[in-house]
Amino acid sequence: MNALIPQLINLFAAVILILAFAMLSQRRILNLIHLYTWQGLAVVGSTTVVAYVTDQHHLYYSAALTMALKVILIPWMLHRLINRLNVRWDIETLVNIPTLMIVGIALVVFAFNVALPISRFSETVAHGTLGIALACVLLSFLMMITRAKAVPQVIGFLAMENALFLAATSATYGMPMVVELGIALDVLVGILIMGVFMFQIREQFDSLDISHLEKLKED
Amino acid sequence: MNALYFVFGIPLLGGLVLALVGHRSYARDLNVAFSTGSFIAACFLSVQVIDHGPMFAMDKQFLIDPLNVFLVSLTAFVGMTTAIFSRPYMRVEEDHGKMTPSRMRLYHSMYQFFAVTMLVALTTNNLGTLWVTMEAATLTTVLLVSVYRTPASLEAAWKYFILCGVGLAQALFGTILLYMAADRVIPEGVDALLWSNLNVVKGQLNPTIMSVAFVFLLLGYGTKVGLVPVHNWLPDAHAEGPTPISAVLSGLLLNVALYAVLRFKVLTDGALQSNFAGNLLIGFGLLSVVAAAFFLSRQKDVKRMFAYSSIEHMGLMTFAFGLGGPVANFAGLLHMTLHSLIKSAIFFSVGHATQKAGSQIMDDIRGLMKVSPTVGWGLMLGTLAILGMPPFGVFASEFLILTTAMRDLPWATPFLLLALGVAFASIFSRVQPMVFGDTVLKPLEHPPALLPVFVHLALGLMLGLYIPPYLNAWYLQAALLIGGQ
Repeated sequence: MNALIPQLINLFAAVILILAFAMLSQRRILNLIHLYTWQGLAVVGSTTVVAYVTDQHHLYYSAALTMALKVILIPWMLHRLINRLNVRWDIETLVNIPTLMIVGIALVVFAFNVALPISRFSETVAHGTLGIALACVLLSFLMMITRAKAVPQVIGFLAMENALFLAATSATYGMPMVVELGIALDVLVGILIMGVFMFQIREQFDSLDISHLEKLKED
Repeated sequence: MNALYFVFGIPLLGGLVLALVGHRSYARDLNVAFSTGSFIAACFLSVQVIDHGPMFAMDKQFLIDPLNVFLVSLTAFVGMTTAIFSRPYMRVEEDHGKMTPSRMRLYHSMYQFFAVTMLVALTTNNLGTLWVTMEAATLTTVLLVSVYRTPASLEAAWKYFILCGVGLAQALFGTILLYMAADRVIPEGVDALLWSNLNVVKGQLNPTIMSVAFVFLLLGYGTKVGLVPVHNWLPDAHAEGPTPISAVLSGLLLNVALYAVLRFKVLTDGALQSNFAGNLLIGFGLLSVVAAAFFLSRQKDVKRMFAYSSIEHMGLMTFAFGLGGPVANFAGLLHMTLHSLIKSAIFFSVGHATQKAGSQIMDDIRGLMKVSPTVGWGLMLGTLAILGMPPFGVFASEFLILTTAMRDLPWATPFLLLALGVAFASIFSRVQPMVFGDTVLKPLEHPPALLPVFVHLALGLMLGLYIPPYLNAWYLQAALLIGGQ
């Protein structure tokens, strides 16, 4: 095996991590969708490299599935959605991006510490990226809880799914195909439901700002 | 032909048929018919298991053993009775203009698909499929919770989707780690995600990976169980959705999620040979019981109050399974069954009561006994049953859990007693004026379906006095199974 191959996988993982940070601090909805598309592409790249090295044919299929779903179909749906909702040029006010970045770095350190003892036991070529995958899960989670608007929250949710996919390829060469198809179907149906929801939320609240959704609070 | 395929095949067909005709007036009856068909199939399945013992189906993709067979029957049964309750209930909602024909179609179709996801989640042997169906259950119920399209229901559904989506993402990460641990010990060509295969080699699974995986799995599926502190979606989803959905969420979905946690606990215990998983369950369970008891004392909305009561009871079961040992596991399984039956019965009565009063605020609901004594009695008896009054079965299961806690974990007992006491005082003092007291309310235009309420309560009473021998045998075997034997 070429010594450069693991490096290439790590490079893709690093790109995914940087994109996760970029999404965390990105205020424009349109740019968020672009970043999400690039992240999907990086996941496809890393999966293809792993598939090539290990000669696991089912990984080619899942790379193709990811390409179709996360690089083409879902970004296309998101673009359509923001056009129809007329939020294409929306800018979200995010308070204190530097603090957010520092919290993000802390999460990455935490994730690496959790993943280190586990990834030692993995014999896969990409086992080093498990920590990065967990870090991306946590960063997407952080993005979801810091966003007040509906579309960025959903993009955070999708980025989390990307990170989980990366975790599956790096730890175990991917889940069985049936399970992967099931997960893809769930994500697709989920995003369709969210899309419908956003129209209803806007109809009811005249805004896509989730911070308006605060009627149901504990007294 | 295996009865198992009919158990979820019938509601699957039902979901498709009702997607086409769900808005017609006979759709209500069709909904009952499909759910009844599923229940009859579940009865045949139970008979098969009684005759032949545990079995596999479809190349080991499905597994029926004592731990899930009674949950399958319970799920199909409550699914059927809820469909019967939903018939007049949703008719009134339609008359009140809260439901339109297209929403009725969505409601009926999703009701059946929701039943499918739960039944597949319970019977599948594949832990990946388990995750997929749990996520699908979230998606179907999100649509059901938001079916009224009011601002509050949209908010509840959005919160539910986001929180459970994040939770289930953690569970997926846990499943990936488990698969990774399994990959190392299970030979090539054998499906490493099948629970039965993992159960054979659980002693060889890597303990470090398994402990981290279990933390993620517990947090993930625990979100769906409604464990504190990841319970926030639960009261909103219960309060804002249609009442039949509150009944199946509380009575069934929470059980399915806890069942998933138990399957993983068996594997983790086998790998770790310590009580790590049990201790986590004890911690989360105790926290849920105590926190929920204090939360519920501050509620004004009747459905919210009983939603918190569900968190409390799920916490109690989690605590029991955390204690482990045959007695506590037995009590946990019994409590699971009783809570499903009685909590759904309470939601049925509450549903009729809120329709009568036109409000879910407890101060607006008064004097049920005068307007419709049957609804009043249903609510009163259900409340007494869920609060653990003898001779109802909850008394027996709570008694077993408490005595085991006294023996194994004495310091936890005062907390449990305090929480149960607070819950008793606050629920009883609120339900009492709702049932008795004066009122100006008028009776409903359609007669309420009270058969399900009293059938559930009668079963709850029966389980307190007498447990059928095969059910008893299943509980005992399942208790041993959870104990890792």
